[in-house]
Amino acid sequence: MTTFIFFLPFLLIYVVFAIYGERKIAAFIQDRLGPVEVGKFGLLQTVADLLKLLQKEDIVPAAADRKLFLVAPIIIFVSVFAGFAVLPLTSSYSGSAAEVGVFYLLAIVSMDVIGILMAGWGSNSKYSLYGALRSVAQIISYEIPLGLSVLCVVMISQTLNLQEISFQQGIWFNDPEGFAGERNYLFGLKALGVDVTEIGGVFTWNVFRMPFLFIAYLIFFISSLAECNRAPFDLPEAESELVAGFHTEYSGFRWAMIMLSEYAMMLLVAFLGSILFLGSWNTPLPNIGPVELATWTSGTPGTVAGNLWGAFWLISKALLIVVVQMWVRWTYPRLRVDQLMSLCWKYLTPAAMLLILLCGVWRLWMI
Amino acid sequence: MEFAQLLFYFFSGLIVISALVVLFTPNVLYAAFSLIFTFLGVAAVYVLAGADFIAITQIIVYVGGILVLMVFGLMLTNKIDGRAVVTRNHNVFFGVIAGALMLLVLLLSISTVNFMGLDWVQSALHGGEVVRLSTIQAIGILMMSRYILPFELAGILLLIALIGSAFIAKQQAD
Repeated sequence: MTTFIFFLPFLLIYVVFAIYGERKIAAFIQDRLGPVEVGKFGLLQTVADLLKLLQKEDIVPAAADRKLFLVAPIIIFVSVFAGFAVLPLTSSYSGSAAEVGVFYLLAIVSMDVIGILMAGWGSNSKYSLYGALRSVAQIISYEIPLGLSVLCVVMISQTLNLQEISFQQGIWFNDPEGFAGERNYLFGLKALGVDVTEIGGVFTWNVFRMPFLFIAYLIFFISSLAECNRAPFDLPEAESELVAGFHTEYSGFRWAMIMLSEYAMMLLVAFLGSILFLGSWNTPLPNIGPVELATWTSGTPGTVAGNLWGAFWLISKALLIVVVQMWVRWTYPRLRVDQLMSLCWKYLTPAAMLLILLCGVWRLWMI
Repeated sequence: MEFAQLLFYFFSGLIVISALVVLFTPNVLYAAFSLIFTFLGVAAVYVLAGADFIAITQIIVYVGGILVLMVFGLMLTNKIDGRAVVTRNHNVFFGVIAGALMLLVLLLSISTVNFMGLDWVQSALHGGEVVRLSTIQAIGILMMSRYILPFELAGILLLIALIGSAFIAKQQAD
């Protein structure tokens, strides 16, 4: 139920301000002002845009396949939104505690490809069709490095449950049932003999427990950009060639829904990245001797403080990653199709496979 | 009726109806999209049976992989060719006979099976725990111990298929 109670309203508010943020960041990078007219600093610009969008006519092109055209945006949004169901938010507010967590997430998110295909085919327009073809080819290809980099984390943490992965990365490692004797060592290496379970902070994050996971995170981040169809991988909606890609023919509310799914997808992969690699809801501040920064900035699981700190850290990390995604979009030029495919198959996939091997060896050293 | 039972009937209905759409719609693309609901319904029934891992694998392999490829192929042939792909019925007479025979075989064998003799049915009837919380651990251990040979063989088969498809694609590019 956390998904509906928390993530749905949060998503709607986030999208309004993420679009505003995106325009402000773009403006800053291009030395412009961005929206300034509506509300203080233009804060209400997206709200005004949204009100305008909702009043627009819901146009279905005469030659379009009506059923597929109308259903497609709903399928895209539902499949992205369903991914939020397994995300843990705090130490005691864990979403669906499915044992298959990450696996489910990867499966359900790959379903938005079907919505995109429906939209592209149903629109009966060559721009939409080419946009959909490109989008699907790209998403399917980049699922492989994405899945492999997630697999690295799963091998290190030995579980698919996102809440267990979260607990492993902080000072409350021993809190859940069945983890009483577990310890975290510096870089995960027991041979070094430095026990960091009580120190916590960044030292117990997955990128620190197994340093090569930082490279895995880079692979994850690059492929997640491609999964969201974000620049520099925005070939599916390359405005200079395809008008707007698979959603060229959409207008009004349905277009808004496709936009909502794109931003929701960005947030979803940002959440997933921070849960898997960047310590989930654990604080980045370590305990240093008597200065117990980690304990002060993360309440005991189950208490109100524990929930508030957990949600604060996880959401801050996710939003920070979203900002980086926007920064990347306005910094790098778009890739060509052949560059896109060679990056995926010749660089990211072999690198991810090598990392899996390293993770397997590292895991043996961790015991 | 329990809530889980209600869900079971809902998803079974979904499977049957979407499978009928697959059979009766002349539009191949509609059939493919309807097949999605069949696969999702089957995944849901797996979840209700406590087989979470199989359910997700079903979605990944069939919905995320095979079906997307099917729709992809259809889209390429359909729209770019300009011809609509429509299904037609062939060999109706023999088709009906084969289907009826299959149904007969299934009905006969289902009616003769002694379900009450099965261990897990007995244990469920006496209040035993049939459905475990998760099957991942058990599947993982069995895959790596008892069924390691079939598992590795399947891996090699897939690798051969991968190399073969890459080889065929390369030949056509030359």
